[in-house]
Amino acid sequence: MQIKEKSKEYDVIIVGSGAGGGMATKVLSEAGLSIALVEAGPFYDPANPDQMTQMKWPYESPRRGAGTTRPFGDYDQAYGGWDIEGEPYSQKGDTDFRWFRSRMLGGRTNHWGRISLRFGPEDFRKKSIDGLGEDWPITYDDIKPYYDKVDKLIGVFGSKENLPNDPDGFFLPPPKPRLHELFYIKGAKKSNVKVMPSRLSVLTKRINNDRGVCFYCNQCARSCMSYADFSSGSCLIFPAQKSGGQIDMYVNSMVRSVTTNEEGKATGVSFINKEESKEYKLKGKVVVLAASACSSARILLNSKTKQHPNGLGNSSNLIGKYLHDSTGGDMMAFIPKLIDRKTYNEDGVGGMHVYSPWWLDNKNLDFPRGYHIEVWGGMGAPTYGTGFNVNNFNKFFGINKAGGYGDVLRSDMKKYYGSTIGLSGRGESVAQKTNYCEIDPNKVDKFGVPILRFNYQWTDNEIKQAKHMQDTFEEIIHNMGAVPLWGKPDKKSNYGLNKPGLIIHEVGTTRMGNNPKKSVVNQYEQLHDVKNVFVVDAGPFVSQADKNPTWTIMALAWRSSEYIIDQLKKQNI
Amino acid sequence: MKRRDSIKTIALSTLGASLFMESCYNVSTEKIKRSLTRYEYGRTKEEKLYDDKLFNMKFFSNKELFTLDKICNLILPPNEFGSIRDAEVVQLIEFMAKDIPSYQKPLKDGLVWIDLESKSRFDKLFHELNEINQKKIFDDIAFYDPNKSIDQYPEEVQWFNLMRNLTMTGYYTSEVGIKELDYKGNAPNVWNGVPEEVLEKYGMTYDKDWLDKCVDQSKRNEIAVWDDDGNLIS
Repeated sequence: MQIKEKSKEYDVIIVGSGAGGGMATKVLSEAGLSIALVEAGPFYDPANPDQMTQMKWPYESPRRGAGTTRPFGDYDQAYGGWDIEGEPYSQKGDTDFRWFRSRMLGGRTNHWGRISLRFGPEDFRKKSIDGLGEDWPITYDDIKPYYDKVDKLIGVFGSKENLPNDPDGFFLPPPKPRLHELFYIKGAKKSNVKVMPSRLSVLTKRINNDRGVCFYCNQCARSCMSYADFSSGSCLIFPAQKSGGQIDMYVNSMVRSVTTNEEGKATGVSFINKEESKEYKLKGKVVVLAASACSSARILLNSKTKQHPNGLGNSSNLIGKYLHDSTGGDMMAFIPKLIDRKTYNEDGVGGMHVYSPWWLDNKNLDFPRGYHIEVWGGMGAPTYGTGFNVNNFNKFFGINKAGGYGDVLRSDMKKYYGSTIGLSGRGESVAQKTNYCEIDPNKVDKFGVPILRFNYQWTDNEIKQAKHMQDTFEEIIHNMGAVPLWGKPDKKSNYGLNKPGLIIHEVGTTRMGNNPKKSVVNQYEQLHDVKNVFVVDAGPFVSQADKNPTWTIMALAWRSSEYIIDQLKKQNI
Repeated sequence: MKRRDSIKTIALSTLGASLFMESCYNVSTEKIKRSLTRYEYGRTKEEKLYDDKLFNMKFFSNKELFTLDKICNLILPPNEFGSIRDAEVVQLIEFMAKDIPSYQKPLKDGLVWIDLESKSRFDKLFHELNEINQKKIFDDIAFYDPNKSIDQYPEEVQWFNLMRNLTMTGYYTSEVGIKELDYKGNAPNVWNGVPEEVLEKYGMTYDKDWLDKCVDQSKRNEIAVWDDDGNLIS
């Protein structure tokens, strides 16, 4: 293949435009550095009518929004999913890891749940607390100023609660709970489970004059045309361009490897332009990987040279190791009191208005790490699947007959609409060296790039936690006067524990630490082995906490970007 | 009657149905081409190509579409809000059969089954039966015990369940169905809590401490300002 070389040398090449790449683009470009932003998918702007799905009705899609081409339905704004044609990954043994990728400007920030939780002081020192995993090389105090800055820049609603491990921030005011959430509050309180307003990066109040205020359509997963929710494009990249940043955007450009010179220092990246199927080389003084934990690991492992026979920055042999996703367990229930509801618009923001942070001490439990509970339900927008098994709930009234035809279906539809609630536990797993991704020696993707192979097994830590989730959900559901839709999953099914990768919080593949033998990057997310390469996605996470990773990705990326500016000034890199 | 023979009979008596279908579902090439441009819903280039491919394929014969129309109309008869034709339920079933290929065999087998059943019981095809006899066939396959898995039932019961699901979802995701369901969202608004009379009905109240934390919607457009401790002061 002919390789074309671009002559310009950039100060920084950033690979990936999601939470980490977007933040690096903003901070580095505003410092006056010239940036090449390389994204594997197309350009995307939530306000572009040709790409927009927000405010569409189900009948505007020929499949009424079904999830055939996009796993969360036609209107979800993630181009990709767990399976992408021509871009496979493989599994070792009986591993079934599911790897979600979103190929578009902004990546997964366009569709995510906007749950924006800071890690707490204890989350950075779990080994000191329970002897498992590893402590981070930084503390909460090191990252707190950056969390504060992220809150103020991007906007997050929430409430001051003064909890020891769920720190407060600079919050916008939260929206009032919906009806099914009031049922949840009642049930949770009776079960002594802490419940409080949720913390989502949705603008319930104006934060500046460039972005709109939430108009409560519930469709954050479709990305907001008014920029009233966080996405990397609307909140980081576009503002960076607007304030005069020197940013060249390379879209539809799949990075194959980081290029290096004789001394082993990075000189840039090589990428495949997907439109032309041609390979290009970009030159840069610094390379910042933000392609997502597994993609960045893959790029480094595929960047083998004489100086780096193991892959770039991999003298520790730890790239790809300690891969871990959040745990997930769910239960759905029927609230008999909510039959034949009076209808009104309760769409609200795109996600829950209330949630439960981890409320127990693991010292008193048979599993080491916690989880938070998310709540969903209510009179949602009809979509493909609405009306399936319309009167199965008859069984909750002792009627062992369902189905039928004719007008009874219309009244059953109205009767049961909006009467369900769902609880989802999202928890911390313990990072294991034996859970990893690596290069499959025998397979390449459609661009000829060697693919990833996964090896991942849950341990007792996660399985026992999943059991605790189910027992807790059952109790709360009972206490709110509801009935579970299905029987409780048993030991054989790991108590309903989701397959790894399904929660889409994969982290840990380029672990951060002070010791180059036991970690891949230092506390500034800089490769121990190669001083001018950084990883600012969730790869450097030592442990992922019972929180969602995005807010921490951005706080760390901001901190690391300031370090890059400083090191360039001092000519250290 | 042997299965093969009855299929032949079915084929012969579909001529009238075909003519009806041309006018009703208008499945001409021209119509297919128009379908391609009708749906503008933020597709990527690849997704557009895939949709176009599906629109250019025809899965059900006109006779089958005609029978589907009859079945869906009986599952959900028209009322003052609308009909399965207004909701384009049969068009949706045609599309979904191509979009989700695992639907294809059960859907086609079910259509063969219902004509064979009609033949053996009433010596006519399903669409030729009067409504009373059509409902007699439905009555034997339309019900199940929700405590049991539907897979434990004979194939025709499973098929009917699929038909009912597709009909219901097709109707309630359509403009007329959404109106009938009275879903009031997908419209810009300012959420300010559950209506008072609804709270009352369920004996719910908002906790004062909780409410004090919530957004004052009259100030939503004032730019947020905090003091150094993170207290909102605007």
